Amino acid sequence: MSDNSSLRTPSQRIAWTATIVVSTLVFIFLIAPILAIMPLSFSSGSYLTYPLPGLSLRWYDDFITSPRWMHSLKNSMIIGVASTALSMVLGTLAALGLAQWKSRFKPLVLAFVLSPVVVPGVITAVGLYFFFAPIGLTGSYLGLILAHTALATPFVVITVGATLQSFDTNLSRAAASLGASPIYAFRRVILPLILPGLASGALFAFATSFDEVVIVLFMAGPEQRTLPREMFSGIRENISPTITAAAVILTTVSVILLATLEGLRRRNERLKGGG
Amino acid sequence: MEAGMVTPAPALVRFSGIQKTYDGEHLVVKNLDLDIRKGEFITLLGPSGSGKTTTLMMLAGFEVPTHGEIYLADRPIKNVPPHKRDIGMVFQNYALFPHLTIAENIAFPLSVRNTSKADVQERVSAALRMIKMESLAQRRPGQLSGGQQQRVALARALVFNPQLVLMDEPLGALDKRLREQMQLEIKQLHETMGITIVYVTHDQSEALTMSDRIAVFNDGIVQQIDRPDALYEHPVNSFVAHFIGENNVLAGTVETIDKEFCRVVLAGGGAVTARAVNISGAGASTSLSVRPERIAIVPDGSTSDGVNRLPAKVQNTIYLGDHALAVLEVAGNGEFMVKLQPGAHHSLTQGESVFITFRPEDCLALDPV
Repeated sequence: MSDNSSLRTPSQRIAWTATIVVSTLVFIFLIAPILAIMPLSFSSGSYLTYPLPGLSLRWYDDFITSPRWMHSLKNSMIIGVASTALSMVLGTLAALGLAQWKSRFKPLVLAFVLSPVVVPGVITAVGLYFFFAPIGLTGSYLGLILAHTALATPFVVITVGATLQSFDTNLSRAAASLGASPIYAFRRVILPLILPGLASGALFAFATSFDEVVIVLFMAGPEQRTLPREMFSGIRENISPTITAAAVILTTVSVILLATLEGLRRRNERLKGGG
Repeated sequence: MEAGMVTPAPALVRFSGIQKTYDGEHLVVKNLDLDIRKGEFITLLGPSGSGKTTTLMMLAGFEVPTHGEIYLADRPIKNVPPHKRDIGMVFQNYALFPHLTIAENIAFPLSVRNTSKADVQERVSAALRMIKMESLAQRRPGQLSGGQQQRVALARALVFNPQLVLMDEPLGALDKRLREQMQLEIKQLHETMGITIVYVTHDQSEALTMSDRIAVFNDGIVQQIDRPDALYEHPVNSFVAHFIGENNVLAGTVETIDKEFCRVVLAGGGAVTARAVNISGAGASTSLSVRPERIAIVPDGSTSDGVNRLPAKVQNTIYLGDHALAVLEVAGNGEFMVKLQPGAHHSLTQGESVFITFRPEDCLALDPV
C-alpha cells in the first residue's frame, strides 16, 4: 500500500496516516534502545552520558586489546558454534522424523521436544546445575555446550519443520523411484531444497547460545565466561563504555547473519520460481 | 472376470491376494489378483477412492500391502524398498527437482547408478532428442510449461531403462488439447520402446485411447479387466457399462430366459428382448444398458421382426458439431440419449411422439443399479 493515489476518501487517508504513525512508534520502541547505545561506543569520555565529549575509537581498541573481553568472545564462539552444530544434527533429524510420522501422539511428542522454550530459563538452569554437578559437568565447556544445545534444539525443530511442511514429498518418492537410496536422496534432493530452513535454524540456534546468560551464570567457571556473562559483570562491577563497543559489534554480527539468510532465501525462491 | 483373450504372455507383475487397509477396518483394496504382462500398456481406471492409486503405490513400494504378495519378474517384492525395485514413475505434479537443470534431472537416475560420465551425457542427449527439448537442457523446471515439464518427467523415468514404468494421472494437470497430444506421444513411446506401462487415470476416454488392457476399479475391487473394445461391447456389470462410455439405463424385471437372451418387462411399461449378461434368473430385477449410438429413431410403429421397439417422447435436441443428441423420455427414463447424424436433429420437434428401435444384441441385461 505505497500508492497514495489510490486513497480517495478522507477516512481512508486518516486510516493510512494512523497506520504510518503507529508503525513508526512501534519501530522506535523496538529499535531506540539499540540506537541509543551506538553513539556512546564512539565517545571519548569514560562515562555513559550524552552529550558526547568527543569522538574516538578507544573503547573498541580497549575491547580488542583486553584479554578478558577477547577470552569471553572466544568462549562465546566456541560454545555457540559447538552447540549450534549439535542442535542442528539433533533438531534436523527430529524434524525429519516428525514430518513423516503419522500418529495421534505426534502433538504430545512435539510439545515435549519444544518444552525447553517454554520452561523458564532459571528453572532449566537450576535443574541442569543439580543434574550436571554430580557428574562433573559444571564449570566445563562440555556442560555449557550440552545445556545450550538443549535450549537451541527446539528452534531448529521449528524452523526445519516449517520448511519440511512445504516440501513436496513426491520429490523424495521420485528420487526413490529413480533408484536413490534414502541417504542419497537426502543429500542430492532434500538437503539442497531445505538449506534455507537449515540456515535459519542454525542462525536461531547460534543466537540462542550467543546471548544466553542465565545458564552461564549458574554453570560457568571463570574459564568459561561468555560475552554476555562478561557484559553482565561489566555492568555490575566497573561500568565502562567498552560494553557499548561490545554491543555494537554483536549487533553488527547479527545484522550480517540476517542479511546472509535473506540472501539465501531469495536465491532459493529464484531457483524454485524460475524467474 | 471376463476370460476369452489371446494366449497370455508371461506375467511381469503378479498381484496375489492383495489387501490394503490404512485404519485396520476399512479395506481400500479388497483381495486383488492381477497379472500384468511384459510389454503391455495396462490402465487402472476407476473413480477416486476406488483403490487404483493405492494399488499403484503398492507396486511402486510407497505403500505396503496388508495381506498378499506382489511379484515382479517372479520375485516377491513386498519387502523390497522402492529404490531397489527398478521401476520408473511419472507423477501427476511432475515431481521434477527444482534445483537441478533439465539435463541434471534426466541424468539423476544414471548418476545414482554410477554410470560413466560419457555414457550419461550420451543417454541424456538421446533422451532430450526423444522429447525434442535439446535446446532447453540448461533450463530449470520452473522455467518450463506444464507440458514440457511432463515430457522431462517422462524422459527421466525412461532414461534408465526400468523394467516397468508407472504413471499416476500424469496428464491430469494439463489442458484438454495438450492432454490429447501427450496421450498419443506416450502411446507412441510405448510402441517404439516396447516398455511395460501401468497407467492410473479416472478419465475413461484417456484409458480407451491408450491402453492394451484396462482394469476397472470400484470400491476396492477390480470389476473387469479387458481390452478397451471388449469393455465397451461386453461390460460384465452395470458399473462398468456406466463408467465406460455413454449409456442408457432402463429398469425392468426378467420374465423368461432363453439361452443367451431374455425377455424383460420394463418398469415404465413395455417389454424388450435383451442379452442375458448378469442376471440371476427369471423374476429377478435388472438394469438394461443400451448405448446411444445403437439406437434408431423411427416415426411410427411399423414393425420388423426381432427388433425391440419402444414409444418415446422428444424432450430436447443437442447439437455437438460432429454429431447431435436427442434427449428422449423412454419408459420413465427422461434422460434417454440417442446419437444422431449432425443434421438429423432438425426433423425432431420438442414434445413429438416417436418410436425407438434397437437390436436385442445391443441391449444388455445387467445387475440392477
